[in-house]
Amino acid sequence: MEQNSEAAALQYWRRNLQIIFTYLVIWFVVSFGCGIVFVDQLNQINLFGFKLGYWFANQGSIVVFCILTIAYAVRMNRLDNEFDVHE
Amino acid sequence: MSLEQLTYLFVVGSFFIYIAIAIWSRASSTREFYVAGGGVTPLANGMATAADWMSAASFISLAGIISFAGYDASGYIMGWTGGYVLLALLLAPYLRKFGKFTVPDFVGDRYYSKVARVVAVICVMFISFTYIAGQMRGTGIVFSRFLQVEIDTGVMIGMAVVFVYAVLGGMKGITYTQVAQYCVMIFAFTVPALFLTFSMTGHLLPQTGLGATLANGETVLGHLDGLVSELGFSSFTEGSKSRIDMFFITASLMFGTAGLPHVIVRFFTVPRVRDARISAAWALVFIALLYSSIPAVAAFGRINLIETVNGVDNQGTPYEEMPQWFKKWENAGLIAWYDHNADGRTQYAAGDAFTGRQHKPIYWGAADDKVARNFYYQQRHVVNPSDGSFDPQVQPFANEIYVDPDIMVLANPEIAELPDWVIALIAAGAMAAALSTAAGLLLVIATAVSHDLLKKTFRPQMSDGQELMAARLAAMVAVVIAGYVGMHPPDYVAAVVALAFGLACASFFPVIIMGIFYQRMNKYGAISGMLVGLLSTLGYIIYFKFFGGEPKDWLLGISPEGFGAMGMVLNFIVAYLVAHLTPQPPKHIQQMVQDIRVPRNSGSAYY
Repeated sequence: MEQNSEAAALQYWRRNLQIIFTYLVIWFVVSFGCGIVFVDQLNQINLFGFKLGYWFANQGSIVVFCILTIAYAVRMNRLDNEFDVHE
Repeated sequence: MSLEQLTYLFVVGSFFIYIAIAIWSRASSTREFYVAGGGVTPLANGMATAADWMSAASFISLAGIISFAGYDASGYIMGWTGGYVLLALLLAPYLRKFGKFTVPDFVGDRYYSKVARVVAVICVMFISFTYIAGQMRGTGIVFSRFLQVEIDTGVMIGMAVVFVYAVLGGMKGITYTQVAQYCVMIFAFTVPALFLTFSMTGHLLPQTGLGATLANGETVLGHLDGLVSELGFSSFTEGSKSRIDMFFITASLMFGTAGLPHVIVRFFTVPRVRDARISAAWALVFIALLYSSIPAVAAFGRINLIETVNGVDNQGTPYEEMPQWFKKWENAGLIAWYDHNADGRTQYAAGDAFTGRQHKPIYWGAADDKVARNFYYQQRHVVNPSDGSFDPQVQPFANEIYVDPDIMVLANPEIAELPDWVIALIAAGAMAAALSTAAGLLLVIATAVSHDLLKKTFRPQMSDGQELMAARLAAMVAVVIAGYVGMHPPDYVAAVVALAFGLACASFFPVIIMGIFYQRMNKYGAISGMLVGLLSTLGYIIYFKFFGGEPKDWLLGISPEGFGAMGMVLNFIVAYLVAHLTPQPPKHIQQMVQDIRVPRNSGSAYY
């Protein structure tokens, strides 16, 4: 029993780290990637009156950030229930 | 009613609401004073966090910086929102589970050391003072314009206001007041933004209006790029900062956001771990509502400023025909004009109209001194004009005006000739922004002194009542010091605040992250890491901001604003190395780390 719960806790923590890692990759790509490192290349593309790189740096990244935090809250609260560690 | 009367009405009216809420929800115990008793819903906490977070720097200064720097300033936008992702994913849930009052509490307990706690208190002090000085400057700017006083008097009035109101309430008062302040802020920022967007583009939303097509067939950004390059500036949408500097500034702001003590402490106020996650998501959504309209406000403001100062024919506008706002801000000491080509017209282009380290005007005599004004045009005399040389290949004339970027948001509706009540609303919103953040910061400083330094370290026998008293005294002293720094700022508001972020990023972020995700981290690693991070960043900033370091000597081309990220890397490396040369943390600490990773049995924040 004791061992089971320890294994479950480890499993829970691994899943959590996986989720965090995936989300942080997206976070990095939209902000540092699209907004700074590849901004000149993306600026060649014009969408709805914006240069794409500029748009990512000033608007797009904010939208993606919001989606990420909401998704994380939903996802983790579900994971808590799945592993029966919720309050 | 005149504009001044309307402004009084709005500012004083909203202020009474805040005071009423603060009194109604007055804290009676230390627990309520520090973390509002832990009983705040995620939605309310999200709003309060957003208000706490969005300071005078976001509200007043950010659009101004973007207005003048264009793409170069987008690090502020990405940094100040992106940091929330880190906060939501890496910190908020675990710190809530840990369940203490303050960041030094976490550092002190996790690293089982009074020394670590005291070092953390020192970091908190540095960060909070730098940040609060920026807020004081912000309130000063609002008062200087609307009460028609010089900026230093404005800062003093701001000090009095913040003091009366923050020392009363504690966290309980502050949380509900901040909910009200968020509503005032978002309304006050959005309404003028909608007006401005509609009058310039016919679009309703600033977010889409920024990409709109103007009557002449150009897009807004295309038009602005054209305008600024004719005047010799670098392109608005591409900027001129090096990519590496951009990268580091953005990183400093992001990781700094996640390390700011007054933001972290907000997540101790919700009842459960899942609420901490939800509340972090709400906070970011509320922040995004305001932030996503900032680039539009900035772009429209710049277009209007250029067209007002240079006139429709791009030859300059005669000074006597300049609108009222120009002269009122000149009286406040935040706009200046020197007629380089002696044609009686104001002209705005690239280059500095004034000399000196920050290229700010130095006026000769006070604003109300008639003798200290130019005989022909009645503008204020300035004693440090530049030589007025310019390259005719690049721009049509020399730059003759100085505009403090911090006035952009406040002046914007006036420049666009929006109705008076909209302008008054902005002033109330700016006050709400500065007050809410200043109050949150004061609380953190007060708590650091009374709780972490006195109660937990030097005077454990203190009673609850004495502790509250000490907290209020500490807040008092903090207001005075912060006000003094606010009167003598090393830079404009958002830049001062950016320095606070650099410090938070270099000192706290690594220690907290390793405290949660790296069980092997021990007290020796944490303490040496924090010290290295704080001192290297502080040293870099002080050398380049106050001791005349030149930009060409920047390490790898990283500006002082961006050095926090480098300090953070040093902190991580030093902490890791030292931890491996010293013994493991004790068993019960390792058990504690295991424990904060699992949400169950969080309980409420305990003492």
